[in-house]
Amino acid sequence: MSAAPVQEYYQKLQEEARTKSAAQKHLPRVRVGVATCSIAAGAIRVKEAFEDEIKAMGLEAPVIDTGCMGHCYAEPQAIIDKPGHPPICYGKLDEDLARRLVKDFLVDDDPCFEFAMAALEPNDFFPTFEDYPRGVYEKKMILGQCGFINPEDIGDYIAQGGYAALAKALEQEPEDIIREIKNSRLRGRGGAGFAAGLKWERCRAAESDIKYVICNGDEGDPGAFMDRSILESNPHLVIEGMAICAYAVGAAQGYFYIRAEYPKAIERVRLALKQAREKGLLGQSVLGSEFTFDIEIFAGSGAFVCGEGTALVNSMEGNMGIPETRPPRMADSGYRGKPTVLNNVKTFAYVPAIVRNGSAWFKSTGTPESPGTAVFTLVGKINNAGLVEVPMGTTLRTLIYGVGDGIPHDKEFKAVQIGGPSGGCLPEAMLDVPIDFDSLKEAGAIMGSGGLVVLDEDDCMVSIARYFLEFTQQESCGKCTFCRLGTKHLLDILDAITRGEGTPESLDTLMELAEDVRDGSLCNLGGTAPNPVLTTLRYFRDEYEAHIREKRCPARVCSDLILYYILPDKCSKLCSACVGSCPTEAIYTREDGIKAITQEKCVKCDNCLKACPPEYLAVIKLSPPVLPEQQEGVKN
Amino acid sequence: MSAEVTLTIDGQQVKAVAGEKLLFVALNNGIYIPHLCAIAEEERPSACCRLCFVEIEGLSRPVTACTQKVRDKMTVRTRTPKVDRLVKTGFELLLSDHRLQCRTCPKNGACQLQMVARERGLKLKTGRFKPLAKDIPVDHSPETFSFDAGRCVLCGQCVHADQNIARVGAINFINRGLKRKIGTFNNRCLRDSPCTECGLCVKACPVGALTFKT
Ligand SMILES: Cc1cc2nc3c(=O)[nH]c(=O)nc-3n(C[C@H](O)[C@H](O)[C@H](O)COP(=O)(O)O)c2cc1C
Ligand code: SF4
Ligand code: SF4
Ligand code: FES
Repeated sequence: MSAAPVQEYYQKLQEEARTKSAAQKHLPRVRVGVATCSIAAGAIRVKEAFEDEIKAMGLEAPVIDTGCMGHCYAEPQAIIDKPGHPPICYGKLDEDLARRLVKDFLVDDDPCFEFAMAALEPNDFFPTFEDYPRGVYEKKMILGQCGFINPEDIGDYIAQGGYAALAKALEQEPEDIIREIKNSRLRGRGGAGFAAGLKWERCRAAESDIKYVICNGDEGDPGAFMDRSILESNPHLVIEGMAICAYAVGAAQGYFYIRAEYPKAIERVRLALKQAREKGLLGQSVLGSEFTFDIEIFAGSGAFVCGEGTALVNSMEGNMGIPETRPPRMADSGYRGKPTVLNNVKTFAYVPAIVRNGSAWFKSTGTPESPGTAVFTLVGKINNAGLVEVPMGTTLRTLIYGVGDGIPHDKEFKAVQIGGPSGGCLPEAMLDVPIDFDSLKEAGAIMGSGGLVVLDEDDCMVSIARYFLEFTQQESCGKCTFCRLGTKHLLDILDAITRGEGTPESLDTLMELAEDVRDGSLCNLGGTAPNPVLTTLRYFRDEYEAHIREKRCPARVCSDLILYYILPDKCSKLCSACVGSCPTEAIYTREDGIKAITQEKCVKCDNCLKACPPEYLAVIKLSPPVLPEQQEGVKN
Repeated sequence: MSAEVTLTIDGQQVKAVAGEKLLFVALNNGIYIPHLCAIAEEERPSACCRLCFVEIEGLSRPVTACTQKVRDKMTVRTRTPKVDRLVKTGFELLLSDHRLQCRTCPKNGACQLQMVARERGLKLKTGRFKPLAKDIPVDHSPETFSFDAGRCVLCGQCVHADQNIARVGAINFINRGLKRKIGTFNNRCLRDSPCTECGLCVKACPVGALTFKT
């Protein structure tokens, strides 16, 4: 196999793509972010408004679908790229605004800076994303093109250098690529952080004619959507990574395992695979070389546990998605008993850039043990929720206050739950922990798949632990004793505590059982399920104690431990906002005109507290649930 | 691969064939390790009962003996504080989901749960955990035996007997999570399944879930 044809083949592809995109350069272009998150925010209607108005104005301006830029707080978004102006991103669009932008900007040349979020290129008029505090902390290694390129047009990806890494890889020996990936110390982004290079090396060394590469896009964590976003916004990046991996380990067949609940991702990946085949980037003799590789999509049932490697393979083989013991390792015996590399979507997404720029480039970001970036979905009590990518080693504090712009409504930070339902809750005192696989693990959390939920003073840590445990308990496959029954008993104990029925002994049992479920379970679903319990016990034990000893919920969340009360000296006799808000008519007017609550009727729906106007704020929650009159009554 | 290895279990020197599973090597040498789900012929153990924990020198945490292949010079301890703690918790968890009426149970005296209790000095009580209600009706439909799912520990011995020895395929695991159980296709009663009443599953059941009618 001579190297030249591959490069020649690739150069031709790229020229074609570049010529095509240059042919459109003189036209204004509107790129509308159309991914699951923005569709929910109305992106399709915004896109149609752009199209209608452009047509109505008789303009020639393509409207292009892109993916998600990660600024979820400002969906729907669009980038308008008009010759003579820097590309400008607009957020929180609606149909009217879209029409107005067409008239004012495309027709009249007024970029409407009042609605702009940022420019995408440095210019003299308007700041870029890099000029925002968030842009200073972020570093985009794999999300860089998300939201900017058209995921439905392979030409866009190729014109920007896409598949050059595959072409480069095909000119090297597989061993060289594995060495480069090993040197890069790329660690798996699916949760455990296992070295990708070692996995590939083992699979390469395994003796078998048939080998497989599987991309894990199960992403079952509630609230996490990084993988979906990448698959929807830049599917070719992942395909390229998989193809390089397949060449390196000697596989001819790959699979995308994507949960069926991600139809948009499946649709875009399917289209991307088709286009890649048409361009000779998949299939027989990739890029004119002797390498043959193709990829199929497997739509998973969506059970959380199916993201676990052995369960994933079982489900692909048509069996119940239930974990098995290891060894054998996947690299020795995986799908259909053949050596298999299973990596996360993000793990594959790093590969093209590593091959293109070298391992030293990759290691120059992040920490020595966890090089590269970390991708998170930042949600919860945070001003700028969204998809973020920061260098490994960034502290939680920077992520929350720098990138996420802190906690809304002047509330006090309480904890950050990191790593999804299998992760842990870390308190204020741990905010300076650097985000990397090992530091987080030491703190009791895990990198997990990268969900990051910020909690404030209004969150009850026992309820939070209970919430996450309820998820894992319901997702337990039921195979092994500790997870099937242990998580159920953990949940029952937490339930009792939130109802004020916990005892000091139940706290000991909770602790012991949580440790035993962690140590005794067959797979890591059970192995990590107790993390929210263990970390809240470690960092917020006082909240558990308050629930148990004082029947008090410090955050006033647990409904059995609170009551609603109207402060007589704050209540305006003239207002009756709360009365109408109550679904059970529990609020009555006393003889003196002040409102009061019939406790027996109250269902603790919180309506009256929300209804009471800000100038009075007369409705409060009390915990423990004891009325002031009763307290005085005790004294008498 | 039939190299002979020598390992130490609880201080006792034991000879075995390399690659054999530690659990069976121990049992064959008269060293008891609690176990419900292990099947000697299965290459990939199910390892679902989680009772066969042991500590192996060099490993930081207890591991299941049914999944460990023996190696030369392996040093194994079947009783350590960590092992005893896990076994006790696992055992109590199983009992918390078990119709605990030994006196009226047909398997009384021959039950593997009672064996574990006896060998490890554990009480036949749910201990720290509240019993989970298990009001599942007993399937009396076969002529020769009954199936009491309320006593099933989900070890899978019966499924192995049915599918791999009798080769009938009448029963399997169905459902997920807490609802996981042994069932037939479409969850019919056994009489309406392909079951031939060969009785192999009944003989395989370590507890009082599958029992012959008398
Ligand atoms: C319960 C459970 C769920 C998991 N879900 C996922 C998932 O959704 N996506 C994923 O990539 N890895 C998931 N994993 C991790 C996989 O088992 C596996 O380690 C990973 O896909 C390997 O890829 P990586 O090395 O690139 O991280 C899960 C693990 C467990 C125990
Ligand atoms: S730990 Fe949970 S999910 Fe994993 S095998 Fe055991 S029961 Fe199934
Ligand atoms: S019926 Fe008996 S053999 Fe079958 S799984 Fe239940 S306990 Fe095991
Ligand atoms: S015998 Fe080892 S886990 Fe059941």
